[in-house]
Amino acid sequence: MADARELFLSEGVPSGGDGSQHLHVNIGPAHPAMHGIVRIFAELDGETVVKTDVEIGYLHRAFEKDCEAGPYNNAIPYTDRLNYVSPLINNFAYSSAVEKLLGVEITDRCKYIRVIMSEISRICDHLTCVGAGSMELGAFTVFLYMIKAREFLWELVEEVTGARLTISYGRVGGVKADLPAGFDLKVKKAFAETRQVLEEVHTLVTGNRIFMDRMVGVGALSREDTIAWGITGPLLRAAGVPFDLRKTQPYWAYDRIPFEIALGKNGDNFDRYLVRMAEMEQSMRIAEQALDGLPGGAIQVDWEGKAIPPDAYVDLGKQGKTEGLLLMPITLSPNLQGQDRGAHDRVNVHDKRVVLPTKADTYGSIEGLMNHFMLVMDGYGIRPPAGEAYFAAEGANGELGFFVVSDGSDRPYRVHCRPPCLPPVAALPKMIEGEMVADIIPTFGSVNMIGGELDR
Amino acid sequence: MGVGTFFTSKLDEAIGWARKYSIFQYPFVTACCGMEYMATACSHYDVDRFGAGLPRFSPRQADVLFVVGTISHKMAPVLKRIYEQMCEPKWVVAFGVCTCTGGFYDNYATVQGIDTIIPVDVYIPGCPPRPESVIDGLMKLQDKIAAGAQRY
Amino acid sequence: MDGTAILARLRERLGDRLLATHEYRGDHTAVVSREGLVAALSLCRDDDALAFDLLVDVTAVDYLRFPGREDGPRFEVVYHLYSIGHGHRVRLKVPVEQDDPVVPTATGLWPIANWLEREVWDMFGIRFDGHPDLRRLLMYEEFEGHPLRKDYPINRRQPLIGPKV
Repeated sequence: MADARELFLSEGVPSGGDGSQHLHVNIGPAHPAMHGIVRIFAELDGETVVKTDVEIGYLHRAFEKDCEAGPYNNAIPYTDRLNYVSPLINNFAYSSAVEKLLGVEITDRCKYIRVIMSEISRICDHLTCVGAGSMELGAFTVFLYMIKAREFLWELVEEVTGARLTISYGRVGGVKADLPAGFDLKVKKAFAETRQVLEEVHTLVTGNRIFMDRMVGVGALSREDTIAWGITGPLLRAAGVPFDLRKTQPYWAYDRIPFEIALGKNGDNFDRYLVRMAEMEQSMRIAEQALDGLPGGAIQVDWEGKAIPPDAYVDLGKQGKTEGLLLMPITLSPNLQGQDRGAHDRVNVHDKRVVLPTKADTYGSIEGLMNHFMLVMDGYGIRPPAGEAYFAAEGANGELGFFVVSDGSDRPYRVHCRPPCLPPVAALPKMIEGEMVADIIPTFGSVNMIGGELDR
Repeated sequence: MGVGTFFTSKLDEAIGWARKYSIFQYPFVTACCGMEYMATACSHYDVDRFGAGLPRFSPRQADVLFVVGTISHKMAPVLKRIYEQMCEPKWVVAFGVCTCTGGFYDNYATVQGIDTIIPVDVYIPGCPPRPESVIDGLMKLQDKIAAGAQRY
Repeated sequence: MDGTAILARLRERLGDRLLATHEYRGDHTAVVSREGLVAALSLCRDDDALAFDLLVDVTAVDYLRFPGREDGPRFEVVYHLYSIGHGHRVRLKVPVEQDDPVVPTATGLWPIANWLEREVWDMFGIRFDGHPDLRRLLMYEEFEGHPLRKDYPINRRQPLIGPKV
């Protein structure tokens, strides 16, 4: 678009019959309300926005090209960083696309685990969106409260995956490892805290005169426009269309877990906020029901004989009390990858072409060793037959699709991510033209643009 | 050591102490590290107790440039311009491994470390770094500020 | 409508502009010729039984290094469509030759095609005939080449500022 010189010379270009002049203002890319990476080049008539041009691409990190460079499981860390506020959904959607290409069906327990972790991720995403959006309107307390709730959820994610944000938990054929012991109690505690935070935010902001004045009727997009612009997710539901992939094309375990879809009426920013708040409550409901119905029973591992925790085992050894120590079974957490055949088989597909064998098998039997070799060496590994598949999951922003093309080798030939936040950002000019400059901020906040996903 | 030198060195220490506990950061947030930056800045891992809790969203009002998240080649001129708009004394923190060395994005779109474009004072590696690492980096930055060393 | 019925309806209405259809792992795909593309997309959107009102995605695949397809058309532009009313999906593909990488635009049918086609132009170099504003979406204007093509090396850098390493 215009460089500095053009900007200076074209400022005050006369337009409009009454001799008034329009002003060109550049918003971003290094702008806090633009979340650092979107540039809106706006033409203003006083405070009203007349025309805008949205420029993206400032965070393009060549995700699709990088995925072609390594085996199928190597793309998982790259998918983490797509929608980095709900990384688990990206991991699982990509893994599901490759599993569809392979024609492999994951275990029931794995489906439930994917549902639970996806819903926790979805709550984190909505917390960040509503928190950041409110902060940009001046409600800093709401931001602090929601990030506090997000910390509790990140502690849960850390218990399961080992990391807070970029977790690389999904694998083709399953997940990294099972859930840890006592997870359901921790989830109950964290959800109680989150519900309390949502209550507080409702009292602070939902009926608040200033908040409503800034959000009601602003950034509205009609039902037909929303569909024509390819927008899905909370923005489409706020416009009154009950389209949620978890209900219309259920995947994993969503067909067995009842929940409600939050719907809005006008498709403006306030409805989008209400839809997100309601969705957080529904996500908690889904995760709790999934935990109750988890197949394979409770998360505890059954051991025969006297079992001792690993640190006690090490201590006994150091103290020299080694008599009979070698025969004692150790209780290891079920969420350590590769350590126990039972835990591994509960969450990973029994398919030699796809899933690495457990440590016991790899080190203990020649078949396991060969299987491990065939999955890890260059040129071998997961080799889906040549073909293509598209898998769509309901991401926090809408339909998150992965289109994977395989040529029969161990590297993906093409991986394409369909970003759910690209259509709303493309429709942004339609949402803000005719509104005032200050309305750009809540509208952009409610769109929940996540740079990693938008620019890939 | 004369009396004059005693006073100026004490004055330098006092200025260093004041500067290090009143950091006005410009968080140049682009990507995933921004989430950990938010976590560090909020109540759990409070960075306000170090005096660094007020982000100034204008480079003219800031003295520490936190470059948080991957910088692509499209964004690089913007970063350089922001750095040039800040006035001395200024420090730069490379937050996250993408800003230190480009991270695992060794491709056509990513700058392989922002120190190829602007001088950096503290590197905080991690993908993303845990808030404890960020606070450690911030404390190292405070030592550097207190020592008064400036590299232009 | 079930996938085979969708493909049958497309075949009945498009005749020989529909080059091939197939179904793989539950995804139904129709390969149409470039001349019949706009007709096919309008049919998909406007026909009551099909009613594909949501253009989910437009992307492309470069078959330069695909074993077994080195002699065929180099690119394929892929359209994913979804119908909110009926809940069914379809994939349309258009083969595009290397020497004449032009495809008619779908911007008249769905406004989101504007940005999706800009991205395909940016990444693959496939022009869209009739597009109102075909410029790069993700890369900067000074960038030369189209990065997702198979002959663009992944770490050839063209920095605007800074060293060329």
